[in-house]
Amino acid sequence: MGIEVVVEGLTKSFGKQSVWRDVTLTLPAGEVSVMLGPSGTGKTVFLKSLIGLLKPEKGRVLINGVDMVNSPERDIYETRKLFGLMFQDGALFGSMSLFDNIAFPLREHTRKKESEIRRIVMERIEVVGLLGAEGKLPGEISGGMRKRAGLARALVLDPQIILCDEPDSGLDPVRTAYLSQLLIDLNAQIDATMLIVTHNLDIAATVPDNMGMLFRRELVTFGPREVLLTSDEPVVAQFLGGRREGPIGMSEEKDAATLAAEAGAASSAPAPPRVIVPQLEPSPGLPPRRAVARRRERVMSMIDRLPPAARSAIRETYAGNAEAATLPMPAAGSGA
Amino acid sequence: MITGALRQTGRFFALAAEVSRAVFRRPFQFREFVEQFWFVASVTILPAALVSIPFGAVIALQVGSLTQQLGAQSFTGGASVLAVVQQASPLIVALLIAGAGGSAICADLGSRKIREELDAMEVMGVSPVQRLVVPRVLATMAVAVLLNGLVSVVGTLGGYFFNVVLQGGTPGAYLSSFSALAQLSDLYISELKALVFGFIAGIVAAHRGLNPRGGPKGVGDAVNQSVVITFLLLFFVNMVMTAVYLQIVPPKGG
Repeated sequence: MGIEVVVEGLTKSFGKQSVWRDVTLTLPAGEVSVMLGPSGTGKTVFLKSLIGLLKPEKGRVLINGVDMVNSPERDIYETRKLFGLMFQDGALFGSMSLFDNIAFPLREHTRKKESEIRRIVMERIEVVGLLGAEGKLPGEISGGMRKRAGLARALVLDPQIILCDEPDSGLDPVRTAYLSQLLIDLNAQIDATMLIVTHNLDIAATVPDNMGMLFRRELVTFGPREVLLTSDEPVVAQFLGGRREGPIGMSEEKDAATLAAEAGAASSAPAPPRVIVPQLEPSPGLPPRRAVARRRERVMSMIDRLPPAARSAIRETYAGNAEAATLPMPAAGSGA
Repeated sequence: MITGALRQTGRFFALAAEVSRAVFRRPFQFREFVEQFWFVASVTILPAALVSIPFGAVIALQVGSLTQQLGAQSFTGGASVLAVVQQASPLIVALLIAGAGGSAICADLGSRKIREELDAMEVMGVSPVQRLVVPRVLATMAVAVLLNGLVSVVGTLGGYFFNVVLQGGTPGAYLSSFSALAQLSDLYISELKALVFGFIAGIVAAHRGLNPRGGPKGVGDAVNQSVVITFLLLFFVNMVMTAVYLQIVPPKGG
């Protein structure tokens, strides 16, 4: 089962410019979370801070009791072995073939025999659909393939926490849909905690259990997906609707004057009502996601504290697939 | 401005310390070491040999002409050989290793850094310092020590040839003054210098390569800086080491 990631009061700035302030959230164990945000709001910086590549000035990131911000380097290196991070452009080693790239973590961290490494690597290559390309160098394949290879490398050590940095950028809608399904299937298979950073609305609508949004140097909200999807916060509404009217401007944010002018002009076309698309299910033949039952319990226990719109949306979701709740919980520890 | 320079210096020493510690951490990257050793050696052997012949010759000619005026021709051999072994050879080796090997190491690490390969490595729990920097620094050190032997021999032979053949010196005087003035500790200090210079060249290249400023242009600048910084450090360290050596090791002729 995945590991809970607790973020407390994280603040990061580059020089005088602050990226975000006082971000506090918890990625529940084994669940899929999405962090949304317009370009340039520090989503990637957030990911890199979680894993200790960048050091925020304030706050803590707790994983298994290790603080990824302030702990000694040795502990951080140990804890990183629990992670799989998919970089925005794959970050493959340019001098190695795809096979060697994907085998790299195995060769570094395990004493497995070459035949076994081969078996595991080929399995992962098949999962991401790269069979036949394993001998190629990263420079010889397309951006989408590099991305998938990066994902395969992130998966090879059976990580407990998977972080994906814009898995959709540079992919066509069909491949993005396949990738969304792949992420959900993965979660069903290895029950890892996942955080996906993206600004793709399709992924945001169909994949996560929880959603958050970064804007104006802070975390706007983080919680069960229904909270964000039904939120009437102007930023969230604008972003999810993909409209121009709202606080998000071409460059980061609009000033008060522009906003007022916009309000005066009134919305020419009223925003269409948002519908909550059902979450993706694992492909047939795979075990059910164990996170689903845990999440249901967790969300139901906090439902009284949620806004009314979110509350009714959650009730609706769970009324729709009541049978999901009656699924027996598989024995813990069989997957991950 | 000053704090910036101090910060860079501090980081440089921190990296040097980290590398020294990581040398002893298992598993040792033997394959990477051999590959880097071979690479650094292959790009430096030929230029080093080619540079050392004229360099030995220049020193022989200069010293020969001076000693001729002073009437101390018989000491030409000892003087020029000592100059080649103690000063010229370690410096030639270090300049070539910094210029040919160090710049390539810096460019390699720098481009890996901007392609996020090093970040990816850290994320996988593998320290780039231990995995990449340590084998490279050890390779530059090992090549420096071995190459120093080669350059000393070639330089000395070059000096001998020019002194004996072109300036009409006698082989016997050349050799006897050599054995009268030179001692084994001259060779030791020469190799020690080469070792230290190789370390400096490797660390500076790695340090600049690991911290390029923004994009491919930054990598180019980093390579440039790494070569210049290495040269500056080399001559300074050489001065210190020479001064200390001359103080603590009694000259043979005296």
